[in-house]
Amino acid sequence: MNFLLLSLIKAAVIAFVLLTTLAYLQWIERKVIGHIQLRVGPYRVGPHGLLQPLADVVKLITKEGVLPSHVNKFFYLLAPFIAVVLALISIAVIPFGPQITIGPVTTWMQLTDLNIGILFVLAVSSVGVYGVALGGWASNNKYSLLGGLRSSAQMISYELPLALAIAAPLLLANTLSFREMVDYQSGYWLGFIPRWNVFPEIVGFCIFVIAGFAETNRVPFDLPEAENELVAGFHTEYSSMSFAAFFMAEYANMVTVTAVATLLFLGGWQPPFPEPYSNFIPIIIFVLGGLIAVFHGLHPARRMDKFTLPATGLVFLGIAALFGISFLVPVLKTILMALFWFCGKIGLLLFLFIWVRGTLPRFRYDQLMRFAWIVLFPLAMVNLLATGLVVALTSK
Amino acid sequence: MPTSVPISWYLILSAILFGLGVAGFIYRRNIITVFMSIELMLNAVNLTFITFSYTLKKVDGHIFSFFVMVVAAAEAAVGLAIILTVFKNRETLMIDDISSMKY
Amino acid sequence: MTALIFLIFAGIAVFCGISLVAQTHPIASALSLIGVMGSLALLYLQLGGEFIAAAQMIVYAGAIMVLFVFVIMLLNAGAEATSRQIPLLNRYLGMLLLAAFLGLISFIIQAMLPKTEGVVFGAFMGGTAAAIGRKLFTVYLLPFEVTSVLILIAILGAIVLARREV
Repeated sequence: MNFLLLSLIKAAVIAFVLLTTLAYLQWIERKVIGHIQLRVGPYRVGPHGLLQPLADVVKLITKEGVLPSHVNKFFYLLAPFIAVVLALISIAVIPFGPQITIGPVTTWMQLTDLNIGILFVLAVSSVGVYGVALGGWASNNKYSLLGGLRSSAQMISYELPLALAIAAPLLLANTLSFREMVDYQSGYWLGFIPRWNVFPEIVGFCIFVIAGFAETNRVPFDLPEAENELVAGFHTEYSSMSFAAFFMAEYANMVTVTAVATLLFLGGWQPPFPEPYSNFIPIIIFVLGGLIAVFHGLHPARRMDKFTLPATGLVFLGIAALFGISFLVPVLKTILMALFWFCGKIGLLLFLFIWVRGTLPRFRYDQLMRFAWIVLFPLAMVNLLATGLVVALTSK
Repeated sequence: MPTSVPISWYLILSAILFGLGVAGFIYRRNIITVFMSIELMLNAVNLTFITFSYTLKKVDGHIFSFFVMVVAAAEAAVGLAIILTVFKNRETLMIDDISSMKY
Repeated sequence: MTALIFLIFAGIAVFCGISLVAQTHPIASALSLIGVMGSLALLYLQLGGEFIAAAQMIVYAGAIMVLFVFVIMLLNAGAEATSRQIPLLNRYLGMLLLAAFLGLISFIIQAMLPKTEGVVFGAFMGGTAAAIGRKLFTVYLLPFEVTSVLILIAILGAIVLARREV
């Protein structure tokens, strides 16, 4: 019973945090893209548009769910469910931190550990294409059908380099479990270079990230939903919550891809510096951020900044104080440090996703296919062969 | 209800799925659905392999079903290419209409 | 618990199998087949085949069936014509005979199979990726290499067939 209760608590926490993150990820994306294009992004709802996700959610829920008369009803309603369920399910095997002991309970910061965790994520993501393909097909609309077709072709093509890029670190670490993968990457070369897979596997990492862009249908590979040629492709006919489901699925896929990249290549929750130094970095970052915000709040450029900036600064200082307190409580320190480094790495990769969206134009369809089959696939193959050769020569 | 599942249940399930596959193969007229019925039969056979692998406590059955998957993949690639070509030449997918080699 | 999980997923598999045969639209059939594959993958897990369950989802449901769905969508294959020249009596008689045949097979399996202990989850966990890989590259090396040639032939065949200028 204890196991069930623990799992329920963990599932509830992870679901709550994940869904909030997904909503705010969209806010962050709009903000970052806005600043890249010299706009301010959402600004009206709440200070700096901070309540915008809430407003969006209310809007999407209260909208009428339109069921066009020409669609195939069953599949039309099924498709967004498939998309969102399969996108959210892979979070279950992602570990966020090491083993912790709170009072009598010892548990991992992870919903469940499978010893085929990496294969599980691959399996779920490979089935995830059905949501998009079915949605496009069931809408019974030329543009949506084209979007669905493109999506399935693209997903099949980019799954190969993705899987081959994943296989290389698997060869190094000799495991399929995320936990053991992270354990393998602990420690430092020469005392200061972290033993992350990204250093020996830099080619694999680049291939993984590029294929990840394609798997999540993001710019520059967002052909399935190209706004200006396919009028948003597979979700043209969708409205209200079914549209929100597709949207959520896309962001959840992004989180999954970045989390897997972090776990496989960037050392998961392992800090980039040896232990005593790395503990001070979050404090320094948050104290600096808080002080800057407070300073700007004392010299406000706009009227509202007089309140919002000091408040933000105080929150930052509070987080810094929390990190400071955690030096006295070992459990808290373990949790906070793991979360800080893991979320920091994921955040950086997510920023990369958004940055690329704000920078690059879209590929043409034939370029997309040629790139997958002529560049990425052979490159991933050679990378895998080289890794295998090195592993075979160095292992006893 | 028994706590453990008898081996025979798995085999019966496999037999039922195989029978359904045969029925679909004979009954359906769409060439793609016929093809999918074959895949259903292959899946049923895989279940038998895995079940006997469990009974014998050996991993060989898994490897056989792995080979079945590989063969199914190859078959799907060639088969669907054939279907595409047939559709390009005949504009139909109904196997009743593709009967010029019948007599 | 094992029996309950078996019954649930066996039920889903049989239901989806019937749906595959009974649906007139190829997309519905394809989705039913994916349902069968998913529930079979769970049964494989129950039988200790964790690698083969993952392979089932990745290779079968994730690649082969996507190809099927892709072709169905590409050809925009509609539902089969309903006015088929099969008399109603034959159809129901066929169903009855199929059910009788399957019942007979089930009875024979139940009666002939030597009594062994039942399946309990966790009694056999040999189907790990490591175990399968070791076997595949030692005992079954030749078949493995032959399959790679087979796949090469299949690729060539598919390219030749799908070429634009024939």
